[in-house]
Amino acid sequence: MKKLVALMAVLALSVSMIGCGAEAVESSVADSSVAVESSEVVESSEAVVDAPAFEEAKSEGVMTYAEYVAAPVDSEVVIETYVQAKQSWWENKGTFYTQDAEGAYFLYEMACTEEEYNQLVPGTKIKVTGYKAEWSGEVEIIDATFEILDDNTYVAEPKDITASLQADDLIKYQNIFAAFKGMVIEPSINADGEEVPFLYKWDGSGQDGDDLYFNASINEQPFNFCVESYLTGAGTDVYEAVKALEIGQTVDMEGFMYWYEGPNAHITAVSVVE
Amino acid sequence: MKKFWKLLLPTLCLTLALTGCHGQKAGKAFEMPENFDTSKEIEITFWAKNDTNVTQTRIYEKAIADFQALYPNVKINLRLYTDYGRIYNDVITNIATNTTPNVCITYPDHIATYITGQNTVVPLDALFADAKYGLGGTELKFDGPTQDEIIPKFLAECVIDEKHYAMPYMRSTEACYINKTFVEKLGYEVPDVLTWDYIWEVADAAAAMDEEGNYLLNGQKVMIPFIYKSTDNMMIQMLRQRGAGYSTPDGGIEIFNDTTKELLYTVADHVETGAFSTFKISSYPANFLNAGQCVFAIDSTAGATWMGSDAPLSDIAEDKIVQFETVVRPIPQFTPEQPVMISQGPSVCIFDKADPQEVLASWLFAQFLLTDEVQIAYAQTEGYVPVTGKARETERYQNYLAAAGTDKELHYDVKMEATKLLLENTENTFVTPVFNGSASLRDAAGQMIENTTKAIRRKQAVDEAFMEKLYTDVEALYRLDQLGEHGVTAGKQELGPLPDASIALLCTLTTIWVLMIIYVIKKALISKKNEL
Repeated sequence: MKKLVALMAVLALSVSMIGCGAEAVESSVADSSVAVESSEVVESSEAVVDAPAFEEAKSEGVMTYAEYVAAPVDSEVVIETYVQAKQSWWENKGTFYTQDAEGAYFLYEMACTEEEYNQLVPGTKIKVTGYKAEWSGEVEIIDATFEILDDNTYVAEPKDITASLQADDLIKYQNIFAAFKGMVIEPSINADGEEVPFLYKWDGSGQDGDDLYFNASINEQPFNFCVESYLTGAGTDVYEAVKALEIGQTVDMEGFMYWYEGPNAHITAVSVVE
Repeated sequence: MKKFWKLLLPTLCLTLALTGCHGQKAGKAFEMPENFDTSKEIEITFWAKNDTNVTQTRIYEKAIADFQALYPNVKINLRLYTDYGRIYNDVITNIATNTTPNVCITYPDHIATYITGQNTVVPLDALFADAKYGLGGTELKFDGPTQDEIIPKFLAECVIDEKHYAMPYMRSTEACYINKTFVEKLGYEVPDVLTWDYIWEVADAAAAMDEEGNYLLNGQKVMIPFIYKSTDNMMIQMLRQRGAGYSTPDGGIEIFNDTTKELLYTVADHVETGAFSTFKISSYPANFLNAGQCVFAIDSTAGATWMGSDAPLSDIAEDKIVQFETVVRPIPQFTPEQPVMISQGPSVCIFDKADPQEVLASWLFAQFLLTDEVQIAYAQTEGYVPVTGKARETERYQNYLAAAGTDKELHYDVKMEATKLLLENTENTFVTPVFNGSASLRDAAGQMIENTTKAIRRKQAVDEAFMEKLYTDVEALYRLDQLGEHGVTAGKQELGPLPDASIALLCTLTTIWVLMIIYVIKKALISKKNEL
């Protein structure tokens, strides 16, 4: 009887602890998506990778890259693609750089749980249903859902588009994993009017951990590049390498051909060659 | 008997451990120390928001340096954000790990959520009134404002549950930045006060295209006649102007009403004509305005330095900027003789910590942000206004206003017009009720406009079935259905009554304890009796 009474007390106390922890503070910021205005849509419907890495037939009802390019902004699109890199996850939305054997697709705030986000490692094949959109020149898929397809994996090799940087049709390479070779680091001007190799945020108003912006030229024509802190933040090799750059150095770079009011590649690797 | 105690002792420990377990463990609430200990090294963190504006960053850095010169024992670490939402998310995350900043730029809506944890944000009323270290206190090493010198309307915006949890830092409102050249080209004039009917009419006219898809107004393929940056503000202000429900002061959700639906149908009509879009769907209003691709751009007065052909700040290439005359007006009104517009802008709060000296240092720095030097310098960076009458009345600030338009940087005319707009309309501003969940309701207000706009662009039907689903989806997405009949009033209903199951368990425990005590006493009596 004594044991029984004591055991009952222990049991009752233990059970009463369930749910007794501190009440979670509500986290209720829900972000929204981004989209459109067709000023500079990709006009070429050709595949933008040199040669398809492999022959691949699309599933029933899935667009080819050419069909995706031809689809108007705001229309529903269904594609199959391979995750190349992940930018961020928050409130059950993830942002991805993806590419298939023909071209690239930027998936902005696609619905996914954190567990799913972790599953979507580079190379993973997914089928995506969403809406084509354009925001400040960046063509993307928004309000999307996805399913993981198990059949193939594919991680793109960077395509050298250095020679195309000055071309009128550069935008056809939008979002692909690209290489930029023999680029010369050009000065950026900080708020004090000084020449510096990079800025924290576009105008130098940021601090360590924020996006890095820097200029690099080919044939003396400068282009602006970005180390997107959500993709490759402080402490990553590329972030620290860019902080160590010097004006006049020649570099090779890799990254995703992102767009914001013009080309603004998100650089993922940089190495000084000269 | 030994076995019994072996079981009883853990039981007792568990009972003690349960004390205070319902709800977050509370630390001791902050009490003002007798004196600020200037011999003690104190390190505090300050999470600040800027508008991606390097001058604002410099002002924060200078304010910190100046404060540290006055209080050499205090070291302030600055962390910069450009988005209130990110600050909110990070604070929420850090509350859970007890690593909140000491001083934080924020919105009262957000504070209402922060204070659902106990002793997170310090109520400031007692600090305001402290004779030595309060507002205008005798022991301050700087000339800060007294409570009376803070604009009362702005200070009142920082009250939650009858306590001040913040002080205003800067204030702005929204303005309509207008390409007057385009308006006149369309055959209209710009009135002093815009109406919604006017703006829709002109915007519809601006959406006319030729057979090749070029807009007649600008000859380009792109034209968004009317673009709105913050659609949550758009809905909130329209509802306020119409006298329609949004929320009650204690958190009742009223937004899902017929006026909201009517406003959404109007928005849908003008998306259909190509007259309207939003920042989230298209891009920054300034980019379209400055490229001659927009007639009416509504954005914060704190975005004024981005607006117009001669804007000091720009995100688009110089060769895309077109020349036009920019004028600034208050947002459109339903009743122009009674203009109503939102009050917005950063406030500053301080977080409680175990060391009262650390909290006092935070409080001193928060006050320092309201000194004339900081207030005037920061207000000049954008279309902000100082939150103290003390700063506004200085010769320096008056000279600044008087020099409007004399250059294209500090006295850039569009920015100065935006500033004056708020100075002249302070009494016409309003804020929405603050409660735990009000930040979500604000998001929901904007989401309904975004979803309606997207639906039309995607050629989906916007009808009663759409509206019904929209209301249901938005209510669920932002968990407005979980706020209860009157939301969750901050600081009051944070724990709520004990659930029935808990009450039953506690009754069971009490009974068991009574039985055990009776048993022990009875056993002791029997033993004593036997010994006798």
